[in-house]
Amino acid sequence: MPLKGKIVVNEVYCKGCALCIPACPQGVIRLAPERLTAKGYHPAELFADSCTGCAVCAVVCPEAAITVYREAKARAMV
Amino acid sequence: MARELWKGNEAIAEAAVRAGLQAYFGYPITPQTELLEYLSWRMPELKRAFVQAESELGAINMVYGAACTGARVMTSSSSPGISLMLEGISYIAGTEVPMVLVDVMRGGPGLGNIAPAQADYNQIVHGGGHGDYHPIVLAPSSVQESIDLTSLAFDLAEKYRSIAVVLTDGSLGQMMEPAEMPEMMPVKQVYPEWAVTGEPGRDRRFLTSINLNPVEQEKTNIRLSLRWQQVQANEVRFKEYYLDDAKFVVLGFGSSGRIALSAVRAARAEGIPVGLLRPITVNPFPTAVIEELGKHVDGMLVVEMNAGQMLEDVRLSTRNRVPIEFYGRMGGVMPLPDEVLSAIHGLVDGPRTTEGHPRDRWLARLAKNN
Amino acid sequence: MAIPSIELEQVVYERPESFRDVSTHYCPGCTHGVAHRLVAEVIDEMGLRERTIGVASVGCSVFAYNYFDFDFVQSPHGRAPAMATGIKRVLPNRVVFTYQGDGDLASIGTAEITHAAARGENITVIFINNANYGMTGGQMAPTTLPGMKTTTSLNGRDVETQGYPIRASELLATLDGSAYIVRRSLHDPKNIRLAKKAIRMAFEVQLRGLGFSMVELLSSCPTNWGLTPEDSLQFVEEKMTAFFPLNDFKVNSAVAQIKI
Repeated sequence: MPLKGKIVVNEVYCKGCALCIPACPQGVIRLAPERLTAKGYHPAELFADSCTGCAVCAVVCPEAAITVYREAKARAMV
Repeated sequence: MARELWKGNEAIAEAAVRAGLQAYFGYPITPQTELLEYLSWRMPELKRAFVQAESELGAINMVYGAACTGARVMTSSSSPGISLMLEGISYIAGTEVPMVLVDVMRGGPGLGNIAPAQADYNQIVHGGGHGDYHPIVLAPSSVQESIDLTSLAFDLAEKYRSIAVVLTDGSLGQMMEPAEMPEMMPVKQVYPEWAVTGEPGRDRRFLTSINLNPVEQEKTNIRLSLRWQQVQANEVRFKEYYLDDAKFVVLGFGSSGRIALSAVRAARAEGIPVGLLRPITVNPFPTAVIEELGKHVDGMLVVEMNAGQMLEDVRLSTRNRVPIEFYGRMGGVMPLPDEVLSAIHGLVDGPRTTEGHPRDRWLARLAKNN
Repeated sequence: MAIPSIELEQVVYERPESFRDVSTHYCPGCTHGVAHRLVAEVIDEMGLRERTIGVASVGCSVFAYNYFDFDFVQSPHGRAPAMATGIKRVLPNRVVFTYQGDGDLASIGTAEITHAAARGENITVIFINNANYGMTGGQMAPTTLPGMKTTTSLNGRDVETQGYPIRASELLATLDGSAYIVRRSLHDPKNIRLAKKAIRMAFEVQLRGLGFSMVELLSSCPTNWGLTPEDSLQFVEEKMTAFFPLNDFKVNSAVAQIKI
């Protein structure tokens, strides 16, 4: 099972350029249809569950607006 | 230190080195190339920075970069090269970083020739670069003075975060005279708090001449203007010769002042009560002393190697209260003491007037003689 | 007894330290932002932040000094390599780089960049090529492609009267003082990653005192090209790489030894 990931898009920086959308291999990013940032852009957002934390969106983001997280499973000591 | 024979250009170069020059960027142009050539071996010898740039444009921008780090930096050129540097000069002034510029003036306009002239006065003193800025301008009239004023230029530039110009000409640059060099000063160790030095352990610094907001730009301009007022109040320098009993005053800077001194001495030997005022700072201009003189003398003669540029500042200073005549040679021609003596006779014999413009009367005389 | 595994959140990517926490003025989708980000990432990864001095030029990136959290100066149009020379010569152990656009570097600044490279100045140049003068509204630049429409080539660049574009990387690579001159592109994730490697290499070249390094980055200008950000990246991929090939134009022997 692939590790789960998530992205947090900083809406101070996101300009809704949408470059992350075609870049995402899972196709789980969209521009929020109902929300606007303070500058009037529709910010990018995750809209489905299958983000793997691959960070390709962050590679293409011109604003460094995306923070990418991935689950790291750690085994506890017995 | 003993007196040695120094060539003007090289004397300025060595004086800068002794004043702790850390970087020199220049380009060949007659009649100042010796300055570049001298530093091309002297700076590396002392492990200091030297680059012969691709053009004067390159040179002034290298100066700009080094000046932003707070280092003592200098460049030199001559009239056409100075024109190329004006963009950089405006940027440096707008960024308020100190630098020393040496202008060894030559005949122009255009390519002109390589003979001495003083026709960059307006360009240097009244700001050839765009915007409101005022460089401190020092005008030597001997090799010794070139040395002394070069050292002073660095101190004044740093004191006021300003551009300081040593305004000289091809004759002073090429001549050799006995002169004394100051002691070697160490290169500075302490840097100002605005210096962009890429150092750890502090907040980042940046220097720019941009102020997109006009209100902010105006604040910068106000600061520059107030600073200039300080310079005007504190840094005027001039030399007076025989003014105690003078009924007539000759005014000239640099080589003109030096040549006029010979003429003034000759005139005094004839019994004419004439003296000389030689501005050492042409910016700030010695307005107060000239205005004061204007109240007590019967006439003034301005001598320059141009078509009358400092002339206008003398007229402004005297507020048309005293008759002024002008004697100028242009295009690289240097006046001889005899010519200036003739002009002194002309002033003394009269008629003298405060009507019209001294330049017109001079041109009419020139036309008659040619 | 085994305690079930704990899930931790690991940060895979976050905004680089050297990229200041301000919103940039660049247009949405403009790859200036990508280039800035890559430079900031490299400076952080190499631990150079407190000894770097950047030289901003004139163009859309004129305010670059507002976006990086290290020392910066601002140069007149085209003069950044000369300013950088002045700084590097007085502070040789600092990392000095210029960030220039194509109008700045290949037009008014042609002499300054050529001679900084010829002298082998130990500086790094980040060269953003988007084939127009962006800041002033999209005029033709020395890098505008033949036939490309701009506000000063309304019918498309006519090589008869308006000449041919300049390939700056190829030109500068002919100089012995050039140590590392490469062209990369920012049009997709793979090329962005290659661009970052090149930027890293360029700074390594500077750190080792090996000479002049430059990374030309083919970039987009959605606003002046009149294309969406995505379409403008396609233009870069199809049209710009055809005229400006992605390649290593100069890698001198000392640089070739570097393994990063």
